[in-house]
Amino acid sequence: MSEGSQVTVEAQEPIETEKARQSASSNNILMSIRDLRVWFELRRFGFGHAGFVRAVDGVNFDLHRGEAIAIVGESGCGKSSLMKTILGLYRPREGTIIFDGKDLNEMGRDGLRWYRSRLGYVQQDPYGALPPFMSIERILGEPLIIGGVRSKEERRQRIRKTMLEVKMSPPEDFLPKFPHMLSGGQQQRVVIARAMVLEPEFIVADEPVSMLDASVRVEILKLLRGLQETHGLSFMYITHDLSTVRYFSERIFVMYAGKLVEKGKMTDLLRNPLHPYSHALLAATSDPDARNAATFKEVPPGEPPSLVKPPAGCRFHPRCVRIIQGLCNEKEPPEFEPEAGHFSACWLYQ
Amino acid sequence: MKALQRTFRELLRYPSAVIGLAIIAGLLIMSIYAMVSIPYQEALRLWRGGEGVWYKNPKLAAPEWTNLFRKDKLPKSIYLSSLDGSASKEVTTDAKGNKKIAFTYTFDYPYAAFPQELVLFFTSKFSAKKPYAAITWITPEGKSIRVAEISIDQSTVYYFSQDAKLQRRLLDVAPQVGLFVNDLKAKNPSPLKGTYQLKISANIFEADADLDAELLLYGQVHGLAGTDHLRRNLGIALLWGTPVALSFGLIAALGTTITTMVIAACGVWFGGWIDQLIQRITEVNMVLPFLPILIMVGAFYSRSIWVILAVTVALGIFGAQIKAFRSTFLQIKESPYVEAARAYGAGNFRIIFSYLTPRLIPLLIPGLVAAIPGFVFLEASLAVLGLGDPTLPTWGKIINDAQANGALYQGYYYWVLEPAALLLIAGLAFAFLGFSLDRVFNPRLRGM
Amino acid sequence: MAEAEKLLRVDNLKLYFRTGGGAVQAVDGVNFELDYNRAVVVLGESGCGKTSLAKAILRLLPRNIETYSGEIWLDGKDVMQLGEEEFRHSVRWVKMSLVPQAAMNALNPVIRVGDQVAEPVMIHLGMKKNDALATAQKMFQNVGVPVDFLNRYPFELSGGMRQRVAIAMALVTSPSLVVLDEPTSALDLLTQANIFNVLKRIKQGFGTSYILITHDIATSSELADEVAVMYAGQIVEVGDAGLFFPAPLHPYSQKLMASVPRLRGNQEPEFITGQPPSLLNPPTGCRFAARCSLRFEKCDQEPPVFAKDGRKVKCWLYA
Repeated sequence: MSEGSQVTVEAQEPIETEKARQSASSNNILMSIRDLRVWFELRRFGFGHAGFVRAVDGVNFDLHRGEAIAIVGESGCGKSSLMKTILGLYRPREGTIIFDGKDLNEMGRDGLRWYRSRLGYVQQDPYGALPPFMSIERILGEPLIIGGVRSKEERRQRIRKTMLEVKMSPPEDFLPKFPHMLSGGQQQRVVIARAMVLEPEFIVADEPVSMLDASVRVEILKLLRGLQETHGLSFMYITHDLSTVRYFSERIFVMYAGKLVEKGKMTDLLRNPLHPYSHALLAATSDPDARNAATFKEVPPGEPPSLVKPPAGCRFHPRCVRIIQGLCNEKEPPEFEPEAGHFSACWLYQ
Repeated sequence: MKALQRTFRELLRYPSAVIGLAIIAGLLIMSIYAMVSIPYQEALRLWRGGEGVWYKNPKLAAPEWTNLFRKDKLPKSIYLSSLDGSASKEVTTDAKGNKKIAFTYTFDYPYAAFPQELVLFFTSKFSAKKPYAAITWITPEGKSIRVAEISIDQSTVYYFSQDAKLQRRLLDVAPQVGLFVNDLKAKNPSPLKGTYQLKISANIFEADADLDAELLLYGQVHGLAGTDHLRRNLGIALLWGTPVALSFGLIAALGTTITTMVIAACGVWFGGWIDQLIQRITEVNMVLPFLPILIMVGAFYSRSIWVILAVTVALGIFGAQIKAFRSTFLQIKESPYVEAARAYGAGNFRIIFSYLTPRLIPLLIPGLVAAIPGFVFLEASLAVLGLGDPTLPTWGKIINDAQANGALYQGYYYWVLEPAALLLIAGLAFAFLGFSLDRVFNPRLRGM
Repeated sequence: MAEAEKLLRVDNLKLYFRTGGGAVQAVDGVNFELDYNRAVVVLGESGCGKTSLAKAILRLLPRNIETYSGEIWLDGKDVMQLGEEEFRHSVRWVKMSLVPQAAMNALNPVIRVGDQVAEPVMIHLGMKKNDALATAQKMFQNVGVPVDFLNRYPFELSGGMRQRVAIAMALVTSPSLVVLDEPTSALDLLTQANIFNVLKRIKQGFGTSYILITHDIATSSELADEVAVMYAGQIVEVGDAGLFFPAPLHPYSQKLMASVPRLRGNQEPEFITGQPPSLLNPPTGCRFAARCSLRFEKCDQEPPVFAKDGRKVKCWLYA
């Protein structure tokens, strides 16, 4: 389980990509991302160019088969853009995504279609994610039709199977219904079913439970974990709720201002957050405890930076209490590995 | 299907929708009846009129039901013919082979006004010698008035009102008045009610010659809808105008709305220069004056209704509706389910037709229904301006004829009011239906 | 404890909505008390009626009301008796105010935020514009919004800043009671922590009382002195926070606490099967009985409120 430690210099990039590609097919690495940058152009009055929103600005990681990683960060950190680029909805400005040995940048139309059938997407808003004018059966049938499953009978069987897997039984009760007739939890199950119906290897879940009630959240999270274990799926679970991460992922990545500032095994990171930002996030997460009412939380001052003109050096430095003047505000920190398998892009670990 | 039934039931809760649907149903029945009972070609033929088509109708006669509102009833036309036996015809032959034919026409005249005109239509068969007829008029009081003695051609028409000698004999009172009054010198004469008789004594000089005569008293009211200046029964035009108006309205509304929807969706989905192009075309088109362009097309190119329909749809596609649809589509485009569709690989056109446009239907249907009257009025306006299809009998054409013949100045109100009323009712019905549909599809309007 | 001592006493508050399908009994006989400078958290899931409770207390009612009854004793006076105009004039936003759900979207987009925060004091306390703006400025400082934001428009502010502005707007008339309806539901973690810091500071500095309505159990503990649990339009448990969080009494509260994922600690969260009953036709008897694993025959009757160690529970288990 090796990961490139320094992949910022142009010259090294092709070698790293090649290495990644080899390791992807030989190893059990499902997806490799190297130096991914996703920038959105800012227009000025329709024609002028006013800069770029650097939503994802140099992200590297490997995802193994059957592994669940959680990407944690606040709004505006770029996790949604990262996710959508992985899903093929955005084109990266730079960088490579290698999935099962194939480079996404070099995929043609057919390649992209194959790629899309290997992924499933679970969205945040269960009601919005389902077309309100389609029945559940039709909703689940759409990916199959697009994926080329012509036989109606085969589609019906696969839909039934998937419905049973998300524990909506008997399926016939639900298939003719429309989304507004289902509860939030049931809707989310349909969304999951739709993600699973093409039997993918990799599921991307964007805050899948944040719009559900507390009691239903746990149910859905357990369902997802069950699916992961049964099918050996890889998961990318994007969230800002750290307390759910414990029940669901092997590794956690913390994202801030377009970069991954910390990566590590879930237990390691929760026990010992290395990056000051991760530390702040953990400190800000509450458990239900009456003593909380009497204490104030330590919150880093300020707001997340603009992604158009990020701060020089470490992007967190304007808010960091442990800033090293002259270093953090001038040079961007590379990734260090203070513990085995636990990485942090922070000068403290130089 | 069930959604449709539900919508329908929801709709019936609104009285305006019920009224609207009832009226539209009535109009549809009228259309079907019109198309079935008077086929298209027949309608055109009738409307063109000409010889022998409408001669039995009075000119500019009001509808018969207006008599319900009059104390003094206006006369209906009275038609008596020796051909169909409503008049008696006696043929006597004398020794020399000369035939004498006596026609008797008997009728009741209970009306309070005078007929428009009295006409005798003679048709005769002969080889050389023309028959000769003597016409006598007998009033209810038994007075016998000598009308005329004329020789008959193969087809002769004798207008009582054009006989100057008869008029002189009646002390210069017009014959259609004078034959019906007792006191010829009265200032405001009113007709003598009772049974009248017209006798014709005709001499025929050949053995196999024959003579027939039809007596026609033109009334002042006729039919359900009245007649126009060409004696045409307005009912034909009103009836046939219904399917024309409805189909023009419907086709134009459907054509423009659906095409607009597709164009707006494509523009929004593909974005970029396509969207910009569509927007600019729309903006230019919105500035162009719609009716004047149609008028020009009608005046310079062709007045065929199909051409007008085509130009209407073409100009209507890039209208203000594109902007309204576009703003809705822009919102719908951002929906999570559209994003999910892209993620599982739906192609562009699949997304446009299966995911975007169905969301627009609640907006579309009320707008469509409410746009129909606009197109109906458009077609009528063009016809009123004289630019309608000249061969088709439509409501607008009736108004155009009425205006050309000074209907309102001369008091022939029914001529204008009947088509106007139909236009009004049709427009109202669709407007009612459209507004109710709007309330059904957009629950937020329900409080109103 | 005489009633006059407590800031708020709600007595058998009912709020039913009239809908096409019948009466929705959103708030069905709610009782609770709140002392000065105390915060009570109303916990519940979606559809339990908690937002309706906030609206009922502040009399922000829509048009389709079927029943609105009960007593609300504020500062020793039953404000339910007041007429609409007097309530608006002397109670709403004077003695109690509301930070509504998605407050950041409740700001008027075409008016500067400073003017919006100044508006309540101009209307309710009759201040002149300059004094009102000065008060607004002080409020901005209290909630932690930079003073030069006074002249900005809402769209120029981030979500967290807008929420703080909404809180400032609720506090500007120095009410004794602030009702907060899901104040941080759409905000990030750090922003959320910041907002709660602000609320705590204000509570300490100004002696304000809070009613915090939320479904986020973990963060509710940041502010709670007392906890009330709402289910199907009724309050099923009320009690001191220090006693509630470690050991809830009502079976629903217990299941609710068990379903919270925790960052620290080792339990596996559980979920609650079934769904809350419809407020259109609430079941007779205990409304949680259908999903309760501890139910017994008595639960077919509606339980009264029992007292236990200074806490109140609506459950036959504590008879």
